[in-house]
Amino acid sequence: MSVQIWTFIFVFLTFGLYIGIAIWSRASSTNEFYVAGGGVPPLANGMATAADWMSAASFISMAGLISFLGRDGTFYLMGWTGGYVLLALLLAPYLRKFGKFTVPDFIGDRYYSQTARLIAVFCAIVISFVYVCGQMQGAGIVFSRFLEVDLTTGVIIGMTIVFFYAVLGGMKGITYTQVAQYCVLIFAFMVPAIFISLLMTDNPIPQLGFGSELNEAFGGGYLLDRLDGLSQELGFAVYTEGQKTTQDVFFITAALMFGTAGLPHVIIRFFTVPNVRDARRSAGYALVFIAILYTTAPAVAAFARTNLIDTVNNAEYTEVPEWFTTWEATNLISFTDKNNDGRIQYVGDPDRNELEVNRDIMVLANPEIAGLPNWVVALVAAGALAAALSTAAGLLLVISTAVSHDLMKRSLRPDITEKQELRYARIAIFVAVLIAGYYGINPPGYVAQVVAFAFGLAAASFFPAIVLGIFQKRMNKEGAISGMICGFAFTAGYIIYFKFINPGADNADGWLFGISPEGIGTLGTLINLVVAISVGRMTDEPPQEVQEIVEAIRLPGEAMEH
Amino acid sequence: MPDKNAHSYWKGNLKIVLSLLGVWFFISFVCGILLVDLLDSIRIGGFKLGFWIAQQGAIFVFVILVFVYIRLMDKLDADYEDSASGDSNTREGDVE
Repeated sequence: MSVQIWTFIFVFLTFGLYIGIAIWSRASSTNEFYVAGGGVPPLANGMATAADWMSAASFISMAGLISFLGRDGTFYLMGWTGGYVLLALLLAPYLRKFGKFTVPDFIGDRYYSQTARLIAVFCAIVISFVYVCGQMQGAGIVFSRFLEVDLTTGVIIGMTIVFFYAVLGGMKGITYTQVAQYCVLIFAFMVPAIFISLLMTDNPIPQLGFGSELNEAFGGGYLLDRLDGLSQELGFAVYTEGQKTTQDVFFITAALMFGTAGLPHVIIRFFTVPNVRDARRSAGYALVFIAILYTTAPAVAAFARTNLIDTVNNAEYTEVPEWFTTWEATNLISFTDKNNDGRIQYVGDPDRNELEVNRDIMVLANPEIAGLPNWVVALVAAGALAAALSTAAGLLLVISTAVSHDLMKRSLRPDITEKQELRYARIAIFVAVLIAGYYGINPPGYVAQVVAFAFGLAAASFFPAIVLGIFQKRMNKEGAISGMICGFAFTAGYIIYFKFINPGADNADGWLFGISPEGIGTLGTLINLVVAISVGRMTDEPPQEVQEIVEAIRLPGEAMEH
Repeated sequence: MPDKNAHSYWKGNLKIVLSLLGVWFFISFVCGILLVDLLDSIRIGGFKLGFWIAQQGAIFVFVILVFVYIRLMDKLDADYEDSASGDSNTREGDVE
């Protein structure tokens, strides 16, 4: 059977599964809609968190980015996993004990201020929208390549599915769909990785194959030595050595870690478990489930890069394998025969290099490059869709709760009934789906850049405000609000300046202390902390009842009522 | 409400969190970034040590850290609940 038929089968089966779950898990109260009734078992929540967190970027782009970044790719690997240590130790248990629905809920109540609540609503919506556009674009790429429908149809199909289970089931529907999506995506990521590891190193565990010797067919020698050798030979950077400056890698890693711990769609997942103990456990499970993919990704990156170089360099253009031609049709890989010798020169020197490879196709095309069976190739498509849709759903829920709960119920119209609130939540998801769909079909050219935005902003706004709210009883609204505003404004300003106003200066010489816009969130976090603590010291301490709340969330015991 | 037990519970909690974050910082930022070139001079099989920590090793350590945290906190919780039920104080519950 062809790849396309296999893809149809997998996509049809998995989508049917998601819809089935949606019908089974309809939400009837705001409690169910916002936090799945607070009764999700920690293991299931761990899986759901992992699917929520691992987006199209983790599934499709990350291994590809690493295979071109070499050792520097480590900031994605450590940044996007190390953040879970912060989340587990500094945030998740306390926020569960606090027992509300959303992140703006915590900020608004802890800092006894509508202003703080509204700032948090604003940050949550901006961060989530930026992020959701990338997911839709990822889904679009998969649809257009594997199902050969046009991008618009692809995005509309994806949006309809998400809309269906998010509107019906809210957090409850999303949670159980994400559990299924985790299984699909991890299977789809691991099967090709295991195949390729076996094929190249005879070792079935990709994490070990990464450090093993290649087998006879691939020329022997350690994989990484071979890759270093090939890279040097062709004038690329040595794979296992760093290219970026140490301080830049340091700051980007920290920004991704703080950002991970501050992303509202991840934080709210910990509101869904029954109690504090389960919140800690589910953070642990989530990290295990994430680590399975994240320790495989660098291996996939190295396999894919070696394989790509082996396959295409100096190959006769007329004799390239079939995948090359199919991906050429999507413009994600392109060849210009600069010296007219009919062969592909894939080298580090930009003047002689004849092949442009989009980073995103490394994972998607990897099974084809390695010549794996058609069903494995198709599986990757289903996995990529699961990754994109699960994250999109989590983000849409944040947008919807921010509007219906934080903006309507807690700020503008406190007198609405639960039924009305639920209706607002569903309308908000509907509108958010439409806007996200629009950007999926007409992607702004800068989606890749704005992802850095989401992390930097989450790092510089939420992370310090929540940590201080828990660990500093003395922290008051004046401190928190000024900290969030300064951190957010500084980070947003820096990114906007280098990405949109003056992109020409976006290089190591133009940057402040040699920190790229991707890593500036770390400085934003520090600015937030310093401003918040100094302003907090100079103003009145928070009211007695707020201090009592802080004392209560620090102690074990039953979580407060939702 | 904030009694002696609560105070020592919180101090124990901070100690656990700070020491685990110390390991977190050491493995990722110190070994994986600052000293990576130095550690690369050590080789284990097909891996240079610094490269391996940066791309895989640190993630394994993160997982271990979170599970150590879960265990230590369970123990701390149990101690706190024992001593709290020994006192006449009622257990910490809903405060709303």
